[in-house]
Formats: sequence, C-alpha cells, structure tokens
Amino acid sequence: MAARPVWESHAEVGSDASERGLGPRNPPGGGIGRGAKPPSEGIWRWGKWAIPLAVVPLLILLAYGFRTDPRAIPSPLVGRAAAPFSITLFSGGSLSLDELKGKVVVVNFWASWCYPACYEEAPGLERGWRAYRDRGVVVVGVDIQDTEEAARKFMRQFSLTFPNGPDPAGRISVDYGVYGVPETFFIDRSGRIRKKHVGAVTEAVFTGEVERLLKEPS
Amino acid sequence: MTPEIGYALTAVALALALYGAGAAAIGARRGHPALIQSSQHAALGVFVLIAAAMLLLVYAFLTFDFSVRYVAMNTNRGTPFYYRITALWGALEGSIILWSWMLSLYTLLVILRYRTRQPEFYPWVLSVMLGILAFFLLVMTIPAPPFQRLTPIPPDGRGLNPLLEDTGMITHPVALYLGFTGFTVPFAFAMAALITGRIGDEWLTATRRWTIVAWYFLSLGLLIGGWWSYHVLGWGGYWAWDPVENAAFMPWLTGTAFLHSVMIQERRRILKLWNLTLIILTFGLTIFGTFLTRSGILSSVHSFTQGAIGAFFLGFIALVLLGAFGLVAARGDRLKAQGELDSILSRESAFLLNNLFLVAAAFTVFFGTVFPLLSEAVRGVKVSVGAPFFNLVNIPIFLALIFLMGVGPLIAWRRASRENLRRNFLWPVAVGVAAAAVFRLLGVANALALLCFGLVVFVTATILMDFYRATRAKLLSGERLLPAMGGLVIRQNRRYGGFVVHLGILVIALGVFGSNAWSIQTETTLGRGEAFQIGGYHVRFDGLAASEESNHFKVTGTFTVANNGHRLAVMYPAKKFYPQEQTPIAYVDYLMGLREDLYLVLGDFARDGSQATIKVQVNRMVTLIWIGGLILTLGAALAVLPDRKKA
Repeated sequence: MAARPVWESHAEVGSDASERGLGPRNPPGGGIGRGAKPPSEGIWRWGKWAIPLAVVPLLILLAYGFRTDPRAIPSPLVGRAAAPFSITLFSGGSLSLDELKGKVVVVNFWASWCYPACYEEAPGLERGWRAYRDRGVVVVGVDIQDTEEAARKFMRQFSLTFPNGPDPAGRISVDYGVYGVPETFFIDRSGRIRKKHVGAVTEAVFTGEVERLLKEPS
Repeated sequence: MTPEIGYALTAVALALALYGAGAAAIGARRGHPALIQSSQHAALGVFVLIAAAMLLLVYAFLTFDFSVRYVAMNTNRGTPFYYRITALWGALEGSIILWSWMLSLYTLLVILRYRTRQPEFYPWVLSVMLGILAFFLLVMTIPAPPFQRLTPIPPDGRGLNPLLEDTGMITHPVALYLGFTGFTVPFAFAMAALITGRIGDEWLTATRRWTIVAWYFLSLGLLIGGWWSYHVLGWGGYWAWDPVENAAFMPWLTGTAFLHSVMIQERRRILKLWNLTLIILTFGLTIFGTFLTRSGILSSVHSFTQGAIGAFFLGFIALVLLGAFGLVAARGDRLKAQGELDSILSRESAFLLNNLFLVAAAFTVFFGTVFPLLSEAVRGVKVSVGAPFFNLVNIPIFLALIFLMGVGPLIAWRRASRENLRRNFLWPVAVGVAAAAVFRLLGVANALALLCFGLVVFVTATILMDFYRATRAKLLSGERLLPAMGGLVIRQNRRYGGFVVHLGILVIALGVFGSNAWSIQTETTLGRGEAFQIGGYHVRFDGLAASEESNHFKVTGTFTVANNGHRLAVMYPAKKFYPQEQTPIAYVDYLMGLREDLYLVLGDFARDGSQATIKVQVNRMVTLIWIGGLILTLGAALAVLPDRKKA
C-alpha cells in the first residue's frame, strides 16, 4: 500500500472511478456503504473528538490574554531614583522634586489635547490629591506639548488644585521616558520610582499604589 | 437624533438577522419553503438597514455632527472631505459597520445566485451567514456601538489618526474586508455540507469562485497595506511582521492552501477532512485577526482600541471553532476518503506538500504572534518576537513553495513516469540552473538570492513551456497563432488564470528578495547647499519651508537630486505636525523606478532652515511587488471567468 497521510481517514471505501474527475457524485446524504469494519474504527470513534478539543487550550491562552496588559511595559526606571526636576507652576512660583523628599509623589504627564484618557483620569487625580494631601502625598501635573491657554482651560474644567506646570522644552518627559500621555509615575518617600502607569489612572490604581507606598517606612 | 436613529437601525437589523437565521434553519429542517422565503426577506432587510446606518454615519461625518461620539473621535473641522468619508472605517466601530455591510452584501449575492439552485445547502448557508452577521450586529449594539451620543457636544472633534489620511487608507481596509468577509461564503457552504451530511464535492464546486474572489481581495488588501506602509510610515519597508499584519497573513496562507487542496478533492476524492479543516481555520483566522487587532491583548502599532469587545470576539471564536470542529467530528464517519495517494511523485503529493508548507508557514506565523502571550502566561516574562524569527523560519518555506509552484501544475496525477518528469522538467531545471549560474557570473554573491532567482526562472520556464506546447498543438491542428493563444487562455481560464497568478507571485517574490538583499540606506545631516552621494545619486539640500495646512502644520525640505550629472528631480520630503499627535508624522518623498526607488525621509532640522537631517534609501526592486500585484489581479480575473467548456 502506498504512503497515506495521517489526516486521511483510514478506510478505503468505494472504487476509484473518479480518476478523471468524472466519476459519480456522492450519493445524496453522503452515505457511503460500509465495507468490512477496519481495525481502527474504535480509535476513530473517540479520536475524532480530539479535533474540537484541540481548540480548548488555545481559547484558554487567549482568555488569559485579557488578564495581561501589553501596555504595562516594565520601565527600566522602576526601582531607580527619580530624575530631579523643577517646574514653573501655572499658579505662579515653582516646585522642585528635591523639596518633596520624604513624601510620596505622584507625577502625572498630561496634555489638554489628550482626549479621552486625560479627561477620564483628571477628576480621580484631583479627588486623590484632596484625600491624601494631608497624609504626605503630593500630586504633580506635568503638561507636555500644549498651549498655555488650552492647558488652563483644561484645569478650570476639572477644577484642578494640585501643582501643575508646563514642560516647555520637553526635558522632564524625556528624563522620564514618556512616550505618550497620560503616563503616571509613583515615587516613594526615598525618591525612588516605584511604578509607571501608562494610560488613564483609575482611582483604584491611585489609592492602591499610594496606600502601599505610605505604609512603607520612610 | 442621529445617534438614536442609527442605534435603532442597528438594533432592528440585529433582530432581523437573528430571526432570519432561525427561520432559515427551521425552514430547512421542517421543509417549510415559506420560512426560507421569509428569511430571504429578512436578509434583504438587514442589508438595507446596515446600508442606511452606514450612510447615516457618513452624513454625520460630512456635516460634522459631533453629537455622535464616533464622529467626534475621528474627525475635526479641518479633516479634508474625502477623509471624512473614509473616517467611517478609521476606527473600530465604523470598521465593524463596513464589515457587516459587506457580509450582508455577500449574503444578498448568495441569495441571488442560489435561491433556485442547491436546494439542500442553500437554506443552511443562508442561516449560517445570517448567524455570523447577527454576531457583528451584536458587537455594534453592545460593546462597540458606532452610534453613541456624546454630551455635551464638543465644539470640535479630536481628528482622524493622521497616518490614516492617505489614499492607501481609502482602499486598503475595503479590499482587506472584502477578503475577510468573502471567506464566510465557502465557510457557510462547508457548514451546510456538514449539517446536511452531503459532504461530497458539491460544496467545493459551488464555492470555487467565491473562494478565488475572497482570496484575491485578501491578497490585494495585503499588498495595498504594504504599499501604505512603504510610502506613509517612512521606514522604507512594506512588511514588519507586526501582529496585525500577521493576523491578515495567516488566513491568506490557509486560504491559499484551501484553494489548492480543493483541486485534489475534486479530482481524486481525497482530503475531505483536510479541506473542511482548512476552510474552518481560514474563517476562524479572519475572526481571530479582528480579535487580535481590537482586543488589545497584544501590543501592536495597529491596535488603537480595547475593551469589552475582546470578550465578545473570543466567545464567537470559541463558538465557531468548537461548533465547526464538533460538526466535523460528528460527521467523521462520512469523511472517509474514496481514493488514496499512489506515489510520492505525483501531482497529489506535490499539492499536499504545498499544503503542508503553507499550513506550516501559517503555524509559525501564529506561533510567533501569540508567543509573547504564551511566554507571559507560562514564564511570566514579557518578550517580543520580531522579524528575524519570522524571516528565519519562513524564507526556506517560501522557497520550497516556489519550487512546488513549478512542479505541481505539470507533474502527472497518481504516479509520474520517468518520461513525464523528463518531458516536463528537464528543460526548466536546466534553464533555472543556467540562470543561477549566469547571475553568479554577473556578480550576485548572495546564495539565497541566487537560489530564489534560479527557482523563479525554473517556474517561469515551466509555465512558458506548458503554454508553448499547448499553442503548438493548436497550430498543428491548423489554427492561427493569436486565436490559438487567446482560445487557450479563455477556454482553460481556470488553469491559465492560475498560471498568471503564479507569475504575479513570482514577480512579488523577486521584489521581496531583491529589496532585502540590495537596498541601501544612510542618514546624514546637511547644511543648506551641501550635498552627498549615495548609490550614484547626488542629493543636495536647498532649504526648508513651513506652511499651514487645513488640519496640520507642515515643514517641507527641498532637495535637488542628480544622477551622473543629470538633474533628475526636486524632491520635497516633509514633516507634518498635527495638534492631536505628540510626534510629527513623516511625509516621504520618493522617485519610483523599475530597478530602484530613491526614498527621502526628513528627520530633525534647524528652525532657521540652515541644516536638516535626511534619511536616504535606495530601495531596489520594490516596484516589482506592486507590478506583481497587477499581474495577480489579471490572473484572478481570468480564473473567475465563467467556465467556457460547458457552454
């Protein structure tokens, strides 16, 4: 007998009148007369269900994909000392990271044109700032690639009260390796970056991270 | 009111599609022609409703109706007219409308063609297609509604992704989706065959042309995607093995395998199970492609959105794969082959090998694409799989496929005799080897390129020789040259259409191998008036100009290009700054030629225009890829012509 590929089922039934493609079509209903029972019948009976079952691990893997976030790319900065910066605030005056040693600092990079993510996270950031400012947490907004007018309008719209300033030459965003807005960095009391969050920060993420950092001894 | 009307249209269409799917199934089971008739009306209704919804969305785009969230997200007042229309498929929600509309169009065409034929299959085909359509309409009503009211209404929209403001974006998604949705037809026929138990070749014969059409559009979509990437993205390449490119490539590979293996079943009555598996995989992969693009489970330049939609698609994929393969298993006893493979030296086995290689390629692409996910699941490590992996495993596979492309159509069925082999392959092999030797003497040192060229010449020789012999036979029987050639091509349109498609693929293969082997590039900073040389070109920087366009700000460089002292052209590569985008978008300028393209990308520049950094590439033989696409179009058109033999 000649070579037979594995995906071919075992039984040879019917004649080979189809050599020129002119043979009779399959009878209606597709029924093919059963010849002598081939030895592998039992295997085929159960083995055939292996085909649909083979799909299951793949589906599980894809379902697992929902639990992961491809955007949560580990930043090489996590675990390192945060780059020092000082920023001129929209409200006047200036702020430098050095002044905030001993506090938990949340640095949020945003822009007024970043719709919808920055618009989604702004109210939560403001609530977080109000809730934690007395417990030694500072939220700093860094507005990148924006016009001052649009930025002020954005801050008015969400009544933002945490310190906020522009990054005119893009120096701060380059130091922090920002490649999109919004991105948020959580800095612990010893001035080390502990987490980088890409995309809108939810209040759950904010609270969870800030609580964790507050619990650590300074 | 627009958002509410649009939403209502999609919701009613969903109800109708569900009804139609059910009615056709019950009608087929119980034998009620009236129910099937009613299902046809439902399908027509679905088509009209989706078309109305689509037009409504286009109208909203044209009138800047920012009360529709999708419009506000994808245009602003500066978006040019044509791109306001194509913004329709600029993001997820609109793409799904386009997809559903095409699917409903295919459903309608199936109704028109098969209403009175294929009485056993037809109602089930209708039911399956409407069921699939219902899924997409469900996506449009729950996780990704294109019509969603935005309050308060913003004064201006966010604007279209600037990369999509390109003519390639007018045609690329349309072609790709026509391909994706087109595979629904053979899939639905396969399901109908399994449900009715009539697993002969009827479903294959009925769907042959549909498969070619779907395959052609998918090929065209991939090629236009490559073209878009080449002239918009500014990295000088046309293919990056990005997950989303792979997502469209995998169904192409399995679809190509299917296109070939059906011929074996038609002729030899073997591979029934295999053909069903291939079409299920192909259809499954088209859905999987959308899932990958839109669920956000993999990182890609293409995936802009994520959300609940992923879960819907995963559920649907599970339903399709488990349902379809479950049916296959349940019908297992009817899938026995009526023939067998006689010899390894036969057309059957050449086609089988072709299938194995295509499926192996699809598998490696699949594996490379989901490997990051697997790695994270199993080892907790994030990795990315890039071009080196895909090239390494796929290049040998594709070379083997090219070889088989020469062997398959000419080797004898069942068992090739020594005489058959000598008669058909002696000359082509000799010509191929000679060509490789000539190229070597001409100074081509790259072994892979030599192998590729030799193979391409070999395959071309087989095709030409076949055509020459057939023509000569006609001439001997007294026909004149041109009528003889024309008659051959028209009468055996399927065979010669296939050959022309093969020639197109060969030309594309030359372009791919040539551009990878011989393209050169360099990056340099020039002061105004300075020039430099690359690949025989003399490129001089003449200055910068800034301009305000309707929706962006543009800085254009002027470069004068000469070749051997002849002034060739003045080129204007630019950078476009869109307010909604952080990074500027490159606007590539290029001189296209048959042998090579000169390709300029503007980099950084001094604000006063005194100097600029420029990336210059001399991309060799890329144009062959686009020419190959045109040849492929001709071949596919020839292959779908109605058969003349019977007429």
